[in-house]
Amino acid sequence: MTLSSVSDVDASSPKHLRGRYAIAGVGETDYMRGSEYSTRSLATWAVKNAMDDAGLAPGDIDGMLSYSGNDSIFAPFVAGDLGIRLNFYMDVHGGGSSTEALIGIAIGVIEAGMCKTVAIFRSMNGYSQVRIGGTGARSAVPINGDQIHHRAYGWQSAGQMFAPTFLRHMYDYGTTPEQVAAVKVAHSRHASNNPKAYYKRRFTVEDVVSSRIICKPLHLLDCCVETDNATCIIVTRLDRARDCRNPPAVIQSVVGRCCKPRIDMHYQHGPISTVAGHYARDILFPNAGVSPEDIDLTGSYDAFTFTTMLQLEDYGFCKKGEGGDYVSSGIIELGGKRPNNTSGGHLCEGYTHGMNMVIENTRQLRGEADDSCPVGPDGKRRHTHDYGEGGCRQVKDVELTANLGWAMPGTGSAMIMAKDAR
Amino acid sequence: MPLQGEYMGMMLTVDDVDRENREFFAWCDKGEFRLQRSPKSGLFRYPPTTACPWSTDRDYEWVPVEGRGAVHSYVEVHHPIQPAFRDKVPYMILLVDLDTQRGEPSEHEALRVAGNLVTADGEFAPPETIKSVGIGTRVRMVFSKVADGFSLPQWTVDEDAEQPEAPWRYPQE
Repeated sequence: MTLSSVSDVDASSPKHLRGRYAIAGVGETDYMRGSEYSTRSLATWAVKNAMDDAGLAPGDIDGMLSYSGNDSIFAPFVAGDLGIRLNFYMDVHGGGSSTEALIGIAIGVIEAGMCKTVAIFRSMNGYSQVRIGGTGARSAVPINGDQIHHRAYGWQSAGQMFAPTFLRHMYDYGTTPEQVAAVKVAHSRHASNNPKAYYKRRFTVEDVVSSRIICKPLHLLDCCVETDNATCIIVTRLDRARDCRNPPAVIQSVVGRCCKPRIDMHYQHGPISTVAGHYARDILFPNAGVSPEDIDLTGSYDAFTFTTMLQLEDYGFCKKGEGGDYVSSGIIELGGKRPNNTSGGHLCEGYTHGMNMVIENTRQLRGEADDSCPVGPDGKRRHTHDYGEGGCRQVKDVELTANLGWAMPGTGSAMIMAKDAR
Repeated sequence: MPLQGEYMGMMLTVDDVDRENREFFAWCDKGEFRLQRSPKSGLFRYPPTTACPWSTDRDYEWVPVEGRGAVHSYVEVHHPIQPAFRDKVPYMILLVDLDTQRGEPSEHEALRVAGNLVTADGEFAPPETIKSVGIGTRVRMVFSKVADGFSLPQWTVDEDAEQPEAPWRYPQE
């Protein structure tokens, strides 16, 4: 099946912002269930950790962005708590795919001269307050207008909403449950080497396909974990980032909430087994001046095993229809050619609506994955590159990473980052 | 007056100003499946929207469309999320390619209409029926009453249609 590539974004002119901005600091809370902290307190914790990571004082931050789905605190409270005076802030509605989109917005507002350094946070009690899986309070809200066309049919949670795409990919291309289960296997192996991960246990393909069905084709272990946590990313100009405590992760290109046609109900426009990455890749790679083959490490959003597979395929890391082969080939595992979600991602580390995957790739580019490898007298880890259980998580010689954010089959965001060449 | 009713314990509301949805569900309650058609493009659209996505035309007329088609993809829920569906599992949501306007205006487009798999008299389909339905199954529309003047479209197996020998289903039962 082919679909013409529709690129209406001019990616031919010089990209004057390529390599001009960077992630200067990253931070997070613990990944928890039953956090006993407000989202305000969690956000403050994560933003402070990111400031410490960057070596920045409250007076160095003057912009703040956050995103939520009516389940979190707003930026002014967090800034106030930390003594940050803002020249710019905005709280955006959204979940998955917001991370990269907000990084692009941060670059834009800095470039416009509105502020200098932006802290982006996502704070959520995704297990203890507003459950991300859609059970609890979210499942019982009254149903109004346009929502009747899905929620009245019991078509509401993320898994339920995405299932037609997942099943149709199996139908169109012969993708098997076992192939896709390999995503959980890989991410669980990565998580076993991540002391922060909420789930550290390693799983097999058999474990995944014999776990109970939630909503076909999703078994329990095809679905991400629900956790309580906050995460923060600090964006600033590269020259400023170079003055920070840790090496910058240099932003090469960003795509924000790129959509398929008919995004009001994207299933009207097929093939429905194709996702937004099909369009986003024509912005992502030309703007960065690289191709999928150049990428050392991916962070493909794993709300479900299937979302990782679909995005890797539609961004061109393999041929269309071969996503099942790609994710079950060993390529995406630590030690493979192009590991995916080396922290364990949403399936294992914790659910953050995309933030932890950018945080992980930032640390990988610094060569400072926080695993259990011994720390030397200089405070740096001595990575062994032994990826056995409880071992190393650092990928060798990481130069370029890609983050592929997912809101739903019809909407995605993405970002390519590079190691600072200086 | 807003269109409002309790359906399976869920309160469904269509506000007064939501003219497009109000008219859609009101036609359903008359037992007629009507979709908006733009006089400019001559194309139908689903679900109700405020302009034609192919011509930006804000004018429309409600034109009867045959409620028949084939399953394009589906959802089969085994773990309920909404309380209203707790005693309904397993249940199916079908995404149906209508015969009308299939493959128009471009190859992969269709009017893909959602609804639950129900029996001919509108009850949620039993597990044995669910196991016989998959991608390719021919279905016809029936309606579920929400309140006076307010019904929802649903799908049932089309007894009169020629059915595929083995509709595609997820391999694990």
